[in-house]
Amino acid sequence: MSTVTIDKAGPTRKAKYGSMSRDRAWALRWSYFFLVIFTFVSLVPPIYMLITSLKSSTEISAATNPWWVFHPTAENYVALLTSNQFLTFFWNSALVSVMVVIITMLISIPAAFALSRMRFWGSATIATGIFLTYLIPDTLLFLPLFKMFATFSNWTGIPLINHWYVLVIVYPTLTVPFCTWIMIGYFASIPKELDEAAIIDGASWFQTLTRIFIPVALPGLIAATIFAFTVSWAQFLYPMVFTTSTDQLVMPAGIITTLIKGDVFNWGQIMTGALLGAAPPLIIYAFLMDYYISGLTAGATKG
Amino acid sequence: MAEVTLRKVVKRYDDVEAVRGIDLDIPDHEFVVLVGPSGCGKSTTLRMIAGLEDISDGEITIGGDVVNDVPPKDRDIAMVFQNYALYPHMTVAENMSFGLRLKHYPKAEIKQRVTEAARMLDITDLIDRKPKQLSGGQRQRVAMGRAIVRNPKVFLFDEPLSNLDAKLRVQMRIEIKKVHQKVRTTTVYVTHDQVEAMTLADRVVVMNHGRIEQIGPPNELYHRPATKFVAGFIGSPAMNFVPCRLEEAGGLLQIRVGDAIALPIPPDRVARYRTIPRDTRLLLGLRPEHLVDAQSNTSATFQPFDATPDVIEPMGMETFVYFPLAGVQLCSRINPAIDARAGQPLRLAVDLNHLHLLNETTGQVL
Repeated sequence: MSTVTIDKAGPTRKAKYGSMSRDRAWALRWSYFFLVIFTFVSLVPPIYMLITSLKSSTEISAATNPWWVFHPTAENYVALLTSNQFLTFFWNSALVSVMVVIITMLISIPAAFALSRMRFWGSATIATGIFLTYLIPDTLLFLPLFKMFATFSNWTGIPLINHWYVLVIVYPTLTVPFCTWIMIGYFASIPKELDEAAIIDGASWFQTLTRIFIPVALPGLIAATIFAFTVSWAQFLYPMVFTTSTDQLVMPAGIITTLIKGDVFNWGQIMTGALLGAAPPLIIYAFLMDYYISGLTAGATKG
Repeated sequence: MAEVTLRKVVKRYDDVEAVRGIDLDIPDHEFVVLVGPSGCGKSTTLRMIAGLEDISDGEITIGGDVVNDVPPKDRDIAMVFQNYALYPHMTVAENMSFGLRLKHYPKAEIKQRVTEAARMLDITDLIDRKPKQLSGGQRQRVAMGRAIVRNPKVFLFDEPLSNLDAKLRVQMRIEIKKVHQKVRTTTVYVTHDQVEAMTLADRVVVMNHGRIEQIGPPNELYHRPATKFVAGFIGSPAMNFVPCRLEEAGGLLQIRVGDAIALPIPPDRVARYRTIPRDTRLLLGLRPEHLVDAQSNTSATFQPFDATPDVIEPMGMETFVYFPLAGVQLCSRINPAIDARAGQPLRLAVDLNHLHLLNETTGQVL
């Protein structure tokens, strides 16, 4: 009887299974270790913003524990949300971002469709060219762009500099190349037979795009939309350069320009403004996260 | 419904000629199968008929109209692809009706056509599902349904069964045949599988290196191949080819294979073979089923000889025996009741009425 029991729990088998699970356990421990560090690093700034936004100016400048709110107050939120100036920044940001997304999509989708599907002379070169333009840093571009807009205004009399709508013209130079590139990759992953079937079914190129490609590539489209929106919403350098009047400013530039007066930093309101400014992209991400992830991993596996 | 004709059709990709001047007449209602190895130009030919590839030279007509410059949507054709090419975001019904909706057919008619096609293909229960919820066979049925509802002049099939497993392939083959018997639409079907070609076609077009090797009904290709390529491509296991020579012995013409075997030529062929120049390099072509055991085939039309098998393959209803002869490996098909063993002598017989003589240099069957 005892012999049988020992055989069943044979030492070799036990060791084998034991080592498998020990391996896995260690892998998990390391994963947790790095994930916790990463999460901590990414979450500390927004948490600090939240804590500071709930403090009064007195408490911020007092030498108390910066990680704790002793007298929570909503005064920063009230001040910002009732200030016409802040609401103008918010409205300008929203207007610019939405218009940039629309313009980007109207250009990128047909461009990507043409470059990925219609074989024409030079299409490969153009596709590479689009990607190369994305590699030029925007810090190099703002000077020539400024000069271009100034000259254009001189010639035509249409004022561009120091108007929010100049950003609607500028931002697509950043968003269109990248979004076109994403969409080319996405469209390329759609089997060629699908558009051939549509064409034989009687669809025109435009119908193939609107009725087959756009619905099938929707995750990629959403990824591109989120990208375009985030870039426009968070852009800091261009609005600082191209707009100066407070009624023309978008949020990132507006917060810095109006809440820092000389060497006086209104930290409570700056943090509140940054937090409120981060809200729209966060909400959009939360809703579209599933699509966004499948958009980024498209083509990784078959089917 | 319409006839399709190809006149000297050529397709060039830069310097490569994929299709080298094809002539083909497909009458109304006919089911034609283009068959050949990969790269023989069969798919390119089909895609030129569909309008998905430009024609470099020559002329294609559908229903009497030259369609060289007509876009695919105006050719009134329907195509079934190897990977189904179903629209993944649409239901089965939406997939099937897509073409009709683009042409603004009345809703009632669309519904009626889809229902009818779904019933014919036995997919009525699947009509509201998305493609990803279907099995391979079901997807292929939907792809066929999408072609049927359009009621086109011509059906084009591009290796539609290649993605299915062997059992399902046989089943779908029968379905395709049934559908064609019902709708009688002119059909061009491309496959690399000679069994599919033989079983489905009214006429088979065997292609090789961008040219047509032979056109004919399945049985004609099987029994009267025109070239070595067709003889070897059609039939499974493939036809055996053995080097041989013609000789005159005692006033009789005979075929000599190696030193041991001499095959008398059937009287009806003597006149034909006598004209062959004696220095021609010849091949004897014999299908495995015409290379049988001597025990159960004793009539005068069978010429017996001795062989030593290397490999025995019992298949149940038949046994394949592989043996060396004149430097090549041959396959013969014998009665499964015979106890053949590898390495042990076995008496086999050649069916003289079904032998083929080929010119080894030109590949022509003589």
